[in-house]
Amino acid sequence: MAEIDNYHAVLLQLLLVIGLAATMLGLSVLVGRAGRRNAIKDSAYECGMLPIGDSQPRFSVKFYLVAMLFVLFDIEVVFMYPWAVVFRDLVAQNAMVFWGMLSFVGILTVAYVYALKKGALRWDN
Amino acid sequence: MDWLSFTLITTLIKIVGLCFVAILGLVSYTVYAERRVSAIIQDRVGPNRVGLPLTLLGFKKDVSFLGLFQPLADGIKFILKEDFTPAHVKKFYFWLAPALCLVPALLTCAVLPFGSSITIPWNGSERTIPLVIANLNVGPLFVFAIASLGVYGIVLAGWSSNSKYPFFGSVRSTSQMISYEISLGLSLVPVLLVMGELNLVTISQQQSEHGWNLLPYSLRDGFDLNRWLLLIPLGLAFVTFVIAMFAETNRLPFDLPECETELVGGYHTEYSSMKFALFFMGEYAAMIVGSGITVTLFLGGWSLPLGLDNYLPKGTVWVGLLHTAVFFSKLIAFLIFFIWVRWTLPRFRYDQLMRLGWIWMFEICLANVLLTAGILWYIS
Amino acid sequence: MLLFGVGVVVNRNPVASALCLVVSFVGLASLFISLDAHFLGIIQILVYTGAVMVLFLFIIMLLDLKEEARRALNAWAVAGGAVVALCLVGTLLHVLGTFPKGEATLPPLVVPEGQTYEDTKALGTLLFTEYVFHVQVIGLLLLGATVGVVALSKKEASK
Repeated sequence: MAEIDNYHAVLLQLLLVIGLAATMLGLSVLVGRAGRRNAIKDSAYECGMLPIGDSQPRFSVKFYLVAMLFVLFDIEVVFMYPWAVVFRDLVAQNAMVFWGMLSFVGILTVAYVYALKKGALRWDN
Repeated sequence: MDWLSFTLITTLIKIVGLCFVAILGLVSYTVYAERRVSAIIQDRVGPNRVGLPLTLLGFKKDVSFLGLFQPLADGIKFILKEDFTPAHVKKFYFWLAPALCLVPALLTCAVLPFGSSITIPWNGSERTIPLVIANLNVGPLFVFAIASLGVYGIVLAGWSSNSKYPFFGSVRSTSQMISYEISLGLSLVPVLLVMGELNLVTISQQQSEHGWNLLPYSLRDGFDLNRWLLLIPLGLAFVTFVIAMFAETNRLPFDLPECETELVGGYHTEYSSMKFALFFMGEYAAMIVGSGITVTLFLGGWSLPLGLDNYLPKGTVWVGLLHTAVFFSKLIAFLIFFIWVRWTLPRFRYDQLMRLGWIWMFEICLANVLLTAGILWYIS
Repeated sequence: MLLFGVGVVVNRNPVASALCLVVSFVGLASLFISLDAHFLGIIQILVYTGAVMVLFLFIIMLLDLKEEARRALNAWAVAGGAVVALCLVGTLLHVLGTFPKGEATLPPLVVPEGQTYEDTKALGTLLFTEYVFHVQVIGLLLLGATVGVVALSKKEASK
């Protein structure tokens, strides 16, 4: 079986799963009982109280910061995968592959420590 | 042409069998097991009534096999209930979100090797069917990549609901999922370092021949000190991987995105009927596939312990089925562990969760990667 | 993929644009995969759709761009954009037209019998033998980015 055929299998599964999700959504519309609507039922759910204020309040900049840091460190992890796969074969010939990754991680540890010291990862204040 | 139709048919059977029958069946029975196990832990009875309503057909008594028909009744109710779309939501995205939650969760099972391989006669020749839907050479990364698409379902659900609690729930959920995704990725690296392989089928195969990653002993190979030395980082990686996976699947003790006392129901507060069911199924399917990945990476996948597979004939139908049975028993044992943890540990506070993810888990995982590399260097 | 690429530009709703971009990234990933670069394809999904676009969606939600969706089309801006796009297409056509190697199709990847081609291993070997220094530079780049992110968000928080 050629490698690309495996991706065709994934594609086939994707189509089937999308079909399943669509069928289930459609089925519940067809079979499900439609109730009466009214203003209270249409309002946002806040435990029986009438909704107060903006429905999409501003949220802390920290969530955004976490997302940014995630992107940066995710790239670090991505570089580790190809390294990890070949490490065992390469390290026997040349220790460079170990030191190379160590210094790469070291550089990013500096970044991590900086973020930590600046309190970017503190959530308890 | 014959080869193509053969592949097509077997692939279809595998997809329907694994994805629709096994995973969706497991989803409904995990929900049932969750209720029963929690009942046992809390000294209650749990759902034990629903059975076949034979009285409707004129029999004297209903049959209720320990409530084993409960999932069926739940499913029928999900379909029959009113499918309500509140007026204040953004309609298109409100409908898209549940599908976006379910589809990636069900797609990830494509790379799970759920058995070794089966050889059957076809048109007069022998053909081997590997028991995996797609044998990709980037297996675990495929799972991470597709699973990360599930975030969109949650973000969109919270955003399109146009309501406070779902919005907060989805923001919390997203930032929790991305925080722990790094630890998840980092705890995969030691396994890759040791196996030198990204293909889940090969990883299972190697473990079946040489013993599991967490039980590195095989009767054929005998005792190998180096492999026991590697057990230290691998064990650590297993623990961090499992913790990160609990966080990724929003299970207790990491279920802040939907903690009832603070956020009502989290990102799916405004959903009802089948759309809610799709979120629910997506979550449980993610949990099942996650268990499957853990079992494959650390607990030998479909293989018997201690390298016993070396003494079995390869490729026969019975051995293939035995391996599938072994895989699913490990999977189910792991799911029960999931449920057990849920009723054992209390929930974290949000700052604790973030500190655990970014400070403890991140540092331990990173140190563990370097430790593994160091040990490998030392023994090579 | 192109269709959704157009969707990114045309949609007035920023969230819809972002989602169109997600779909076109997945399309790009499938292009990589069809060119036998499986690792790159998967990483494309993992990093771009799984991380970068989530960040985008976060920003869109954070900024709460309700006015953006309602704003009328600015005729001059549309015309200017079209001119720039046309210039780019023209340049691309010119460059591709005068690139002689582009006419030959790539030979299919030859894999020795009994072996599987593993692009991840090939990539890892290259990155950590020949291009170690470049990896370090990328590390420095990421360090700079982290410092920038933390500094910027601190400023916002203290305001």
